[in-house]
Amino acid sequence: MSIFVNKRSKVIFQGFTGQHATFHAEEAIRTGTQVVGGVTPGKGGSTHLGLPVFDTVAEAVRETGADVSAIFVPPAFAADAIMEAIDAGIRVAVSIADGIPVQDMIRVQRYRQIRWETQGDACLVIGPNTPGIITPRECKVGIMPAHIYRPGRIGVVSRSGTLNYEAVEQMTALGLGQSTSVGIGGDPVNGTDFVTVLKAFEKDPETDAVVLIGEIGGPQEVAAARWARENMQKPVIGFVAGLSAPPGRRMGHAGAIIAGEDDTAKAKMDVMEELGLYVARNPAQIGETVMRALRENGIS
Amino acid sequence: MNIHEYQAKELLRSYGVAVPAGNVAFSDSQAQAVAEQIGGQRWVVKAQIHAGGRGKAGGVKVADSIEEVGRITDEMIGMNLVTHQTGPQGRVVKRILVEEASDIQNELYLSFVIDRATQRVTIVASREGGTEIEEVASHSPEKIITETIDPALGLADFQCRKVAAALGMNDKTRMTQLVRIMKRLYRCFRDKDALQVEINPLAQVAGDKLICLDAKFNFDDNALYRHPDINELRDLEEEDPKEVEASGHDLNYIALDGDIGCIVNGAGLAMATMDAITLHDGKPANFLDVGGGASPEKVTNACRIVMEDPNVKALLINIFAGINRCDWIATGLIQAYTTLNIDLPMVVRLAGTNVEEGRKILEESKLPFLQADNLDDAAAKAVATVKGEQT
Repeated sequence: MSIFVNKRSKVIFQGFTGQHATFHAEEAIRTGTQVVGGVTPGKGGSTHLGLPVFDTVAEAVRETGADVSAIFVPPAFAADAIMEAIDAGIRVAVSIADGIPVQDMIRVQRYRQIRWETQGDACLVIGPNTPGIITPRECKVGIMPAHIYRPGRIGVVSRSGTLNYEAVEQMTALGLGQSTSVGIGGDPVNGTDFVTVLKAFEKDPETDAVVLIGEIGGPQEVAAARWARENMQKPVIGFVAGLSAPPGRRMGHAGAIIAGEDDTAKAKMDVMEELGLYVARNPAQIGETVMRALRENGIS
Repeated sequence: MNIHEYQAKELLRSYGVAVPAGNVAFSDSQAQAVAEQIGGQRWVVKAQIHAGGRGKAGGVKVADSIEEVGRITDEMIGMNLVTHQTGPQGRVVKRILVEEASDIQNELYLSFVIDRATQRVTIVASREGGTEIEEVASHSPEKIITETIDPALGLADFQCRKVAAALGMNDKTRMTQLVRIMKRLYRCFRDKDALQVEINPLAQVAGDKLICLDAKFNFDDNALYRHPDINELRDLEEEDPKEVEASGHDLNYIALDGDIGCIVNGAGLAMATMDAITLHDGKPANFLDVGGGASPEKVTNACRIVMEDPNVKALLINIFAGINRCDWIATGLIQAYTTLNIDLPMVVRLAGTNVEEGRKILEESKLPFLQADNLDDAAAKAVATVKGEQT
């Protein structure tokens, strides 16, 4: 099994006929993903990559039964595209774009909540500013290099994209595969938090342990560690990037701002350790730390 | 993006929020003209730099005559102001703000920020105006008042009254003013895609009037495309010239004080690379994220910007190619090496898409690239190189 997406997921691409969406849709199809069509307003009725193009997400969902959307829409229009996916009843909406205005995401989050309260739609918004989500060899929704992932029993969740790849490569080198890997994105306001993903991994019978990769800034890692302590049987392996970041400096992601002492990388890893998580203090030792956690928990 | 205090006050004025009469000046004669135009007997001259803590550093002075306004301005312009926010190198003052002096009776703190925990805009207020909010938070957190704003409903009057009452502004005159100020500040925050607005202090002056004596704005860079009026306020001289140059090439660069120049893709991996160097007892010279599609030109620019730092003794290139391709990166590195005549050791770690091709290109170039197998190996090799030990 896996979380959120699998071989039965029917995926559409929003912004389908664009250059990036085209490239990544081809990649997704090549690696086994069930891509059923796409949306480009104004191009409805045509075909692209041999698949139907629709004007609206609502139509695409009605005609194809799609439940997952890969949103390849530029940042200025991305928030609107996410809300269109939510409105159409998409179950998992993955927004890749880096650079969506924060207040746009605040509105998206509010819209999700309204839809949940009034219509019972529970759309999972992954991102923005994420490489996406992948269940190896089953479903790839995003821009990650599929070939570094192997089917397996370790769940991965991270804020950073390339650091996710780094952790995966270290695991692969040790013969460990992934059940599902989720990039929740590096923005200060994002659709899905660590806790939501941990919950799903805890319930998934085919995930044995979870790797959680955070960054300096924000309260999410600590909240996740607390939740894990209270609610998880499965071991969680944590790493937080930014030990050497000077206080008060932005490091790329708008989210990576050290606002106070509590959200430095060191403080977060200290809390994780106190709460009983396995912590890799060195980014080069994420893979080894997973091995140690599996060994100590009698999982082979 | 940050703006100057005088720009922030002009913006507030346009939203009907009370600020002292005043204007910007670039010279002593201009400053005197501004003071004369304002009238009165006392003025405040404030250095305009993008950093807080100006008062304690001598960047805010009171003048009792027009001549004194000129004299203070003359001293201030061109001076290197060092505050706890500028770093030890300080910031050269190029413009000042001349304002009418206010008779302050009481100082409050009021700000609007984006709270990451609730994912909403939140009001943060305190009775202890004039001091930094971080200080208040550490010695008396109970004095901090917060109120979360629902983006669908906007800021309601009753929420403002709650904050006003908690601030002790519970008589009609002051409460009415404070409600109006908060609502207008929120409208400005929302309209202009701010990430933070800080009024410190919001002062009570003669006649129970509330007025913003200082104002700081931080705007969302990602939303500047839809606010050309705000974008125009950008003062590039207040930003690190290398960071500005890097952003022009779509690179994210931040200078640090070590000697290993880093070129990495992705902010998270860039930070992890710096961490790995530090764990090997080395010191990163910078943070640099080349981003997604790194063309040979982008790689060359990245190398050039990193090497402009005279402290850099070695380069560490760590690329985990997702949408990048290692063969393109390798070609870019060779191009950078030859066009820039690089004479520093270059440790290269390639991983991900087309890694074999990339490594082969570097090897066949016969150039002295030091290839690393993984992150740890890369950090170890870079540190060893700088320390003069051959690996």
